[in-house]
Amino acid sequence: MNFHAVKAIYRFEMARTWRTLFQSVVSPVISTSLYFVVFGSAIGSRIPQIEGVGYGSFIVPGLIMLSLLTQSVSNASFGIFFPKFTGTIYELLSAPLSFVEITLGYVGAAATKSILLGLIILATASLFVPLHIAHPFWMLAVLVLTAVTFSLFGFIIGVWADNFEKLQVIPLLVITPLVFLGGSFYSVSMLPPFWQTVSLANPVLYLVSGFRWSFYELADVSIAVSAAMIAGFLCACLAAVWWIFKTGYHVKN
Amino acid sequence: MTAPTAPLVAIAGLSKTYATGFRALMEVDLEIRRGEILALLGPNGAGKTTLISIICGIVTPSTGSVTVDGHDIITDYRITRSMIGLVPQELTTDAFETVWDTVSFSRGLFGRAPNPAHIEKVLKDLSLWDKKDNRIKELSGGMKRRVMIAKALSHEPTVLFLDEPTAGVDVSLRKNMWDLVRALRASGVTIILTTHYIEEAEAIADRIGIINKGRIVLVEATADLVQKLGKKQLILDLQHPLGSVPAALSAHRLELSADGAQLTYTYDAAMESTGIAALLRDLGEAGIHFRDLKTEQSSLEDIFVTLVKEPA
Repeated sequence: MNFHAVKAIYRFEMARTWRTLFQSVVSPVISTSLYFVVFGSAIGSRIPQIEGVGYGSFIVPGLIMLSLLTQSVSNASFGIFFPKFTGTIYELLSAPLSFVEITLGYVGAAATKSILLGLIILATASLFVPLHIAHPFWMLAVLVLTAVTFSLFGFIIGVWADNFEKLQVIPLLVITPLVFLGGSFYSVSMLPPFWQTVSLANPVLYLVSGFRWSFYELADVSIAVSAAMIAGFLCACLAAVWWIFKTGYHVKN
Repeated sequence: MTAPTAPLVAIAGLSKTYATGFRALMEVDLEIRRGEILALLGPNGAGKTTLISIICGIVTPSTGSVTVDGHDIITDYRITRSMIGLVPQELTTDAFETVWDTVSFSRGLFGRAPNPAHIEKVLKDLSLWDKKDNRIKELSGGMKRRVMIAKALSHEPTVLFLDEPTAGVDVSLRKNMWDLVRALRASGVTIILTTHYIEEAEAIADRIGIINKGRIVLVEATADLVQKLGKKQLILDLQHPLGSVPAALSAHRLELSADGAQLTYTYDAAMESTGIAALLRDLGEAGIHFRDLKTEQSSLEDIFVTLVKEPA
């Protein structure tokens, strides 16, 4: 195991985060604040409480998930896509590394960034609405596992993409709709029965539900099912990364 | 560790066929000796970059094997790759990182603990020390090329691959590059460089490998190659132009220039009898006087063109 390499990649990627601080951290914080102003205060003030929780507070876990998912995917996909785009990937390929180190470095950095972001949004939210975290350990566990899983997913997209359009298409056309339809801003129980069933096919529902449970003990599905879904998705991503490097797919010829 | 006389890099039966069906390398055998500068000379598309890329781990070989210091590049890739530094042909660098950061990054990537003293030495040797805090995008092309060399040297490799190090580099920088390559060799680094500038191979390489259409055509010590295949020419500037070569001199197979003022005699320098003495005697007897004479050795360029034009 080449720990110096993991450290080098991790530091390189984190340096990129600090260099692009505005884009990476400030803009999601601003957009989250806007959600609070619009949904929390303007519209939210006219929405009754959901199972005893004010609407503004209710949407906090969903909002964090929204940023966590989109940012994990975009950070990690860009991190590995950029060296492919500029050609500097030659160095990764010629270094004494296996896919384990490359993945640890890139995914670790992307996940770290997302986790920091999630915590910053949580802190920002606490300025707008009263927050209560019933299960801090589970809150952190879901936050970390989701960040890691979706950073892995983003990493896969970054390897697969061979142009900037492909890099954007999955986050834009898949992740964002799934997050919005996954109960970030509402409880699935508010939907007609048919759409409740359809929503169960949305993997993001399980993430948001589990995350919200750790705050308010309100869940659309049981926490065990949420945990199983996150674990399953994590394993699927790990398997995909293993396959990519085993076959050299889109990386090596 | 293998014996010091064993080749540092041993390539045997190496072939590469790309997914497109293009056969970039065919049954290549090559041994690279410790401490030498080997130039791989060949036209565009000959397979130079594919060969280097396989040894460095960027391209997967189809068949055949490569060992570096006795270690297989596939099964012992961590050992072999940590011994190798690669400077690719294209100027591919980061843009927003500083010179210091990017070179330190490379060292880490190759599994070495941080060593600021070594990075400092590499940057000073490459005249990049005063640029260490500059972002790479602020540098000129020649400096970027040196940054790439610094990255390749950051982990103290024993073998350095330079893929067309002087492509697109001006004359004075090219000379600097040659000095640098010689200095590296003096410090114990084995160097393999590819080029299609023949004078470059001739100027710095200990041995030259000529590669064409995926095959190694020959590998020879530079001096031997020039001598073995080199023809010499004796050129005579005549006092009085001739209309044609006199019949008395026809046995010497002389060539007369278009203006009739120059006679060229081609001979093989390696032969015991070059025929020069007889030629000069015959010229005197025929009453042909010359103002000046010079000899020219055919360059590697001529040899190269002859070799790659031969039917495969």
